[in-house]
Amino acid sequence: MSETIKNFLYLNRRAPYGTIYAWEALEVVLIGAAFDQDVSLAFVDDGVYQLTKGHDTAGIGMKNFSPTFAALGDYEVKKIFIEQESLEERGLTLDDLQHLVWEDEDEDYAEKDSIKLVSRAEMASIMDASDVVFSF
Amino acid sequence: MSTLHTVNKSPFEKNSLDTCLNYAGSGANVLLIEDGIYAALKGTRFEQRVKTALDSVKVFVLGPDLNARGFSEERVIEGISVVDYAGFVDLAAENAKVQAWL
Repeated sequence: MSETIKNFLYLNRRAPYGTIYAWEALEVVLIGAAFDQDVSLAFVDDGVYQLTKGHDTAGIGMKNFSPTFAALGDYEVKKIFIEQESLEERGLTLDDLQHLVWEDEDEDYAEKDSIKLVSRAEMASIMDASDVVFSF
Repeated sequence: MSTLHTVNKSPFEKNSLDTCLNYAGSGANVLLIEDGIYAALKGTRFEQRVKTALDSVKVFVLGPDLNARGFSEERVIEGISVVDYAGFVDLAAENAKVQAWL
């Protein structure tokens, strides 16, 4: 049976912890990853705050789900787009974010960067090129 | 006695902080909690708005909410005080009332 592979884009626009959107998005991405689709993640607006390093949620009594992002590579999720303009208006740089990688089987499991910094115009093209956009 | 204003929304997502600062009188206390803590950070689009507000109101930020989101005290705008939950309780007790901006 032939199956159609679609380009799925998960669009993250919310900060973590204040609402459940960020965590739920990650859950859906992990579930969706089991279906062999072409998956991309986009982080714009407050969504970029999800990927900041060094989350310590002990003081607020909530689960710290940020280490889960590091597992995305193992689920063949290796296209993570971050919007430059969203970082800039928040005074952030890539150095403030987790370093996420995936292992390339074809190159002796070499670690490759999952995160790609893109402009707003490039992000618009990424959305345009997707078959399905899931918004969180 | 004055009022303690709490803001729990990101300034990028809602105008709660802006409206709060428009209404908070001189000498009022403003506490940034949950996603409101992003307004306390240096280098954001809202930094100048918050710095200007510091001339007339006191601004506090809840430390556990900062740490949960990966930020420490050195990223906080000068003049803003970091408090813990006990400090939150003290602020609530010291002020005549608490007004929440959601």
